[in-house]
Amino acid sequence: MTRYLLAGHSLVIDEASCNGCGRCVEVCPHEVFAMNDHVARIVSRDTCMECGACRMNCSEDAITVDSGVGCAAALIAQMARGGGTDNPSCSCG
Amino acid sequence: MTANYKLTVDVLRRELGGQHVWLLVLNTKGVNVWCAAGKGTFGTAEVVQRIQAVGLRALVDHRRLILPQLSATGVAAHEVKRLTGFEMQYGPILARDIPAYLANRLKATPEMRRIQFGWKDRLVLAPIELVGAAKPALAIFAIIAIVDLISHGRPTLGALRGFAPYLAAILAGGLVAPLLLPWLPFRSFALAGAALGVVVATAWLWLLPAGLLEGAGLALVMVAIVSFMMLTFTGSTTFTTLSGVKLETRYAVPALASTAGAGVLCSLLALWV
Repeated sequence: MTRYLLAGHSLVIDEASCNGCGRCVEVCPHEVFAMNDHVARIVSRDTCMECGACRMNCSEDAITVDSGVGCAAALIAQMARGGGTDNPSCSCG
Repeated sequence: MTANYKLTVDVLRRELGGQHVWLLVLNTKGVNVWCAAGKGTFGTAEVVQRIQAVGLRALVDHRRLILPQLSATGVAAHEVKRLTGFEMQYGPILARDIPAYLANRLKATPEMRRIQFGWKDRLVLAPIELVGAAKPALAIFAIIAIVDLISHGRPTLGALRGFAPYLAAILAGGLVAPLLLPWLPFRSFALAGAALGVVVATAWLWLLPAGLLEGAGLALVMVAIVSFMMLTFTGSTTFTTLSGVKLETRYAVPALASTAGAGVLCSLLALWV
């Protein structure tokens, strides 16, 4: 098992807004994107960990992704404090 | 550019030996690049502020900065360019690839950009899980020791024997599961852990047979321990997602609490029936 549940579930790219800079290909640690005719396309959604590096570095705001730490301990700790399930904060570092 | 996590700075100084480069160290409060980027301390604002604070424009005659790839979740490179005029480029993930990256005219190969999660990486993280399990483990041992004391009127070795299966489950969840990760079934960590827990509990009861109630109690608690530890290992991996963790945590936590509760009930009944 090196592929996770709902991998890349929330990742969306609006190819019409893409300016072809290739920054998403550069920052992605899981080779999710590839350039095709100067447009970035999702070629490996299944390896996406929703870290949000691509969205952060997209100057055209063409990428949306529900990013955050994929850490059950952080999520459980937040739920125990009554903080719900949105944006759990990593507490190790 | 890097974070002021001492280990990282030391590694960079070693790997960059002999290179004609400057190192711009951000104040990330001693936290590593990836975690600081996630928290926002290795972020656009700190990068811009640090460039100005050290007077970088006067210090170097070029306008190019290399960021660690794993800082990209916190830094918007195009914003830094707009605010400071410096061209930003993301270097490789690992410091040891920097010399090859520099020699390759600042081009990273796909291998340098891909995050790995080999057995050594997984093993290094095992102590975090085991240290986290130490307190609950002591609590389990204390309860078993107290029950042993009450039933025998004095402390006996039975307490240690009673604790052994739980210790086995903790080692399975904290050490064996991370090592076996690529070969475990199911995409859900909780399910993968439960599968391993069933194997460990079955092996334990095969080696040291117990009565029906006692055996069921042991097995249920062991499965719950391995599954829960595996679920919390999601935070140590390089590929889990928030969407997936939300989904499985919602189902796994109540399911595992019920499983462990049923196990404890069986064990208690086995004592008095």
